[in-house]
Amino acid sequence: MATETETQERIEIQKIRDNFPEALLGVDTFRGDTRLLVKGENIVEICELFKNDPDLQYNFFSECLGVDYLDYRDGYRFEVVYNLYSLPYEKNGVKIGKNHRIFLKVPVPEENPTVPSVTSVYPAAEFPEREIFDMFGVRFTGHPDLRRILMPDDWVGHPQRKDYPLGGERVQFPENKLGPSIGEVAVQHPGESFVGKTGDAQGEAYRKR
Amino acid sequence: MARTVTEISLHDSATPTPSFGPSGSPLVLAKLDELVNWGRRNSMWPLTFGLACCAIEMMASVSSRFDISRFGAEVFRATPRQADVMIVAGRVSTKMGPVLRQIYDQMPNPKWVISMGACASSGGVYNNYAVIQGVDQIVPVDVYVPGCPPSPDALLYAIIKLQEKVKAGGSGAVIELSPVFKRA
Amino acid sequence: MAIDTRELNTNALQAQGITIDPLDDTSMVVNMGPQHPSTHGVLRVVLELDGETITKAVCHIGYVHTGIEKSMEYQTYLKAVTNTDRMDYLSAHINNAAYTLSVEKLLGIEPPPRGQYLRVMLMEVQRIASHLVWLATHCLDIGAMTVFFYAFVQREKLLDLTEMMSGVRMMPSWIVPGGLRGDAPDGWLERAKEFCDGFPKALAEIEDLLNANPIWRDRTQGVGIISAEECLELGVSGPTLRGSGIAHDARKATPYSSYEDFKFYVPVGEYCDVYDRFRVRMAEMYQSREIIKQCIENMPTGPVNVDDRKIVPPPRRELDNSMEAVIHHFKLWTEGFHPPVGESYVPLESPKGEIGFYIVSDGTNRPYRAHMRPPSFMNLQALSKMCAGRLIADVVAVIGSIDIVLGEIDR
Repeated sequence: MATETETQERIEIQKIRDNFPEALLGVDTFRGDTRLLVKGENIVEICELFKNDPDLQYNFFSECLGVDYLDYRDGYRFEVVYNLYSLPYEKNGVKIGKNHRIFLKVPVPEENPTVPSVTSVYPAAEFPEREIFDMFGVRFTGHPDLRRILMPDDWVGHPQRKDYPLGGERVQFPENKLGPSIGEVAVQHPGESFVGKTGDAQGEAYRKR
Repeated sequence: MARTVTEISLHDSATPTPSFGPSGSPLVLAKLDELVNWGRRNSMWPLTFGLACCAIEMMASVSSRFDISRFGAEVFRATPRQADVMIVAGRVSTKMGPVLRQIYDQMPNPKWVISMGACASSGGVYNNYAVIQGVDQIVPVDVYVPGCPPSPDALLYAIIKLQEKVKAGGSGAVIELSPVFKRA
Repeated sequence: MAIDTRELNTNALQAQGITIDPLDDTSMVVNMGPQHPSTHGVLRVVLELDGETITKAVCHIGYVHTGIEKSMEYQTYLKAVTNTDRMDYLSAHINNAAYTLSVEKLLGIEPPPRGQYLRVMLMEVQRIASHLVWLATHCLDIGAMTVFFYAFVQREKLLDLTEMMSGVRMMPSWIVPGGLRGDAPDGWLERAKEFCDGFPKALAEIEDLLNANPIWRDRTQGVGIISAEECLELGVSGPTLRGSGIAHDARKATPYSSYEDFKFYVPVGEYCDVYDRFRVRMAEMYQSREIIKQCIENMPTGPVNVDDRKIVPPPRRELDNSMEAVIHHFKLWTEGFHPPVGESYVPLESPKGEIGFYIVSDGTNRPYRAHMRPPSFMNLQALSKMCAGRLIADVVAVIGSIDIVLGEIDR
């Protein structure tokens, strides 16, 4: 686990503020992890800074993933989460890496879902970015080979969007109920679990946050 | 050879066997169909076609503890041209469906299909956009094996069931005439 | 209709990043897979060849895409555990643990010591089992068939342990949020000890077949070289990274589930080739066996689950005489629990590399988004670099040495 405390501000935040004063949109800490919401146009420079700065040394691109918030967030719909890790190892007696992990989030609007690709900084981002393109329809400008990766090339739609139905076959339940997975939009399935009132209200508040 | 002869004559009870010469003659009569089916069912060559989790159990059934070769089905062939039975071991995605059908078409007649596991048989727990809800939507299936994944014993049982089917006169898939023949 | 099919094919290939010079007779494109005995599932590789030398290898994946992540969004946290088994089906316990630890981080709970030790034990059992399948198939690809049977004999013993504990051989879902589905049955630890006693001898027997075998060495040494820096660039982790000389192991760097209590070392390679990755995995199996032994010796007593009826179902005997237990049982299996709003990620060391679930919770009883960090998916990106300049026969050796599982790549 990273060694930061919740009270002490992490050095990464300071670095972003120093170098890109406009870029930082928000900071979220939860159970010891820090998530920074940054502007999409700065993501390549920030990654470059994080990779090359001797205090940070984020040398390992762990993964990136997409999250679809539908219309619950103000001004944007998707988030791309970059998971960077400073992998500690020793090379010729020199210790490299800090054993820190940071999550960078980029808001992506629905009308123009484009994010600059970080493949120039982290070549490892090639497959994950293709997956996000395939599953969410987020386009990565500057990606060397942006094609569908998991779905067939002629597939229509982006399956992991929340408004894409789960699909599958109709299953007949008692009382002539059909389900799961036939809805036009992502609805709660009859036959699946029901949602508790408290939890749902909580979730609604979170998504509208 | 003696064992072979006994086995054939077992299925031949309806046909009177003419006797030539003294008893113990080397001549044996059998229906050609039954002779061929006997040969087919005791040397089912499966196609190496692992898709997902079930493929690992298929491998386990080849290995020492279960030893599928006791039932004459240990010769896994990598090419469909040399295979008799296709064991669809795992979930079939929409992307894999056309590939699977093409491989099935490349297999020579007669051919059989074992649908191994819940996903191949019915889509299993994955009732969603990505998985074909049962491989029987694209190829004819002879034996379904339930389980997630089925244990190697279950696969062996399926092979025995398939052997019984062949013995009873199952000729594998329907032999389709090509359009050229239909016109003539 | 005058469609030049040749032109169409060329266009299709160009879209995939392969260019063909029509005047160049030496270059050739060969398709390998998705149905191929040596691609460990349904991987498809399009190889661009110059004579017999590979100039480019492009991977095409998605042939077992199952939509697991989307399915998980429609199930409660407890039900979604069963999906994780089927991602990396060779290391089901470790997938369960990755998902479970992430959910437990959301909930802010930690199981008692016995639960943690049993988890470690199950995970190490699974690690050896996974490495044995890798060993069997990798050797089978290269032509050493005997090893396949030897390795599976040992693997069956490990599956027996899992079956004794959970009732199934491959898909246990035994590690769940809050602890385990149940304690180890009587005689389980003795059975595990029996395995530990016999295993080194059996593995040494397999090593005797391979280590100094001239054919094995010719096929693996100097093949598929990738430097440590390239590994880091391409996001490669796990034994493939350690084979290139970086001693990084999530069990050591970010200990989870009380891994800090155990003594083991992290084997590393030196020459960054297929042979070194083979040696690293073999050494890891001995280390895992050491961890299992330490588990058995120091196994704590006490409960295996957290004492919270909102997360862990009550034991069966309580249902007979406690109405409260029945209510808890019903509520848990129908509605489930509600983790607080937040996001979590816990990195684990799977037999393939760094694994972890990124779970977004919106406060409801179902994950808003659950995403697995797939180690083989990232490791596969190194295939092109490892194959470039090698002969076509080396591709199967390289694919085997990365130890990919397609179920986890495609999910």
